[in-house]
Amino acid sequence: MTIPLSWYLLLAAGLFCIGFFGVLSRRNAVAALMGVELMLNAVNINLVAFWRYVRPVDLTGQIFAIFVLAVAAAEAAVGLALMIAIYRTRRTINVDHIDLLKG
Amino acid sequence: MPIVFLILALFTVVMAIGTVTARNLFHAALFLIGAFFGVATIYVLLEAEFLAVSQIIIYIGAIATLIVFAIMLSRSMMGREAGGYNRFWLAAAVGAAALWSLLAWVLTTVSFPVVNQPVPADAIFQIGTGLVGPYVIPFEVASILLVVALIGAVMIARERHRQR
Repeated sequence: MTIPLSWYLLLAAGLFCIGFFGVLSRRNAVAALMGVELMLNAVNINLVAFWRYVRPVDLTGQIFAIFVLAVAAAEAAVGLALMIAIYRTRRTINVDHIDLLKG
Repeated sequence: MPIVFLILALFTVVMAIGTVTARNLFHAALFLIGAFFGVATIYVLLEAEFLAVSQIIIYIGAIATLIVFAIMLSRSMMGREAGGYNRFWLAAAVGAAALWSLLAWVLTTVSFPVVNQPVPADAIFQIGTGLVGPYVIPFEVASILLVVALIGAVMIARERHRQR
């Protein structure tokens, strides 16, 4: 416990902001999805760090992180399937060109 | 111990920055695998070994493989300009930096109720009994969600042969 809790939280905040930048700035939809994965990882670091430092006796934090992992896997599968379907019909996954819903 | 943490954190952050800056999408995917691995080592430092192994199996073994497959299935994404930025990239960078500064200020000023207790020796046993005991409903809901999401993914990505 020589490492302060805030170091882990700062690392997680940094990962979250890097992923946030990736989601907002990338032109390619798969690259934006990679940013989302980084953000989910940052959330999991936070959950595990709080579990270890605030309440290590019961495993709630770790179990919550396992559920986040399951949801992230579902999200990646559906997201990539959407991108393959969009690529097949539109021949692009540049998010600037996928504006069919724009009024 | 702090030096180990600093090395691993630096590795993770460098890999994450590589993920969002690499021009080649395939390189970005490889950087993403490095970032996932760095996060797994952080879990080991936090004494969450089960989660570290799950991280490597699920993220590196499954999600990263899916991303690499999606990149290879749409060939134009392998091109040179595929990893470019849109016109909001500067605003996004400033926003992300501002968000991190705000979070850093909050996280360093707030004091959390930290306790100095060891991790229970049978942590993995407790996770196992927890998932079929008090957390059985969320566990089943998560499995239904996974099945529905995977069937939906197959339906969305399926080639349609209906021709008029």
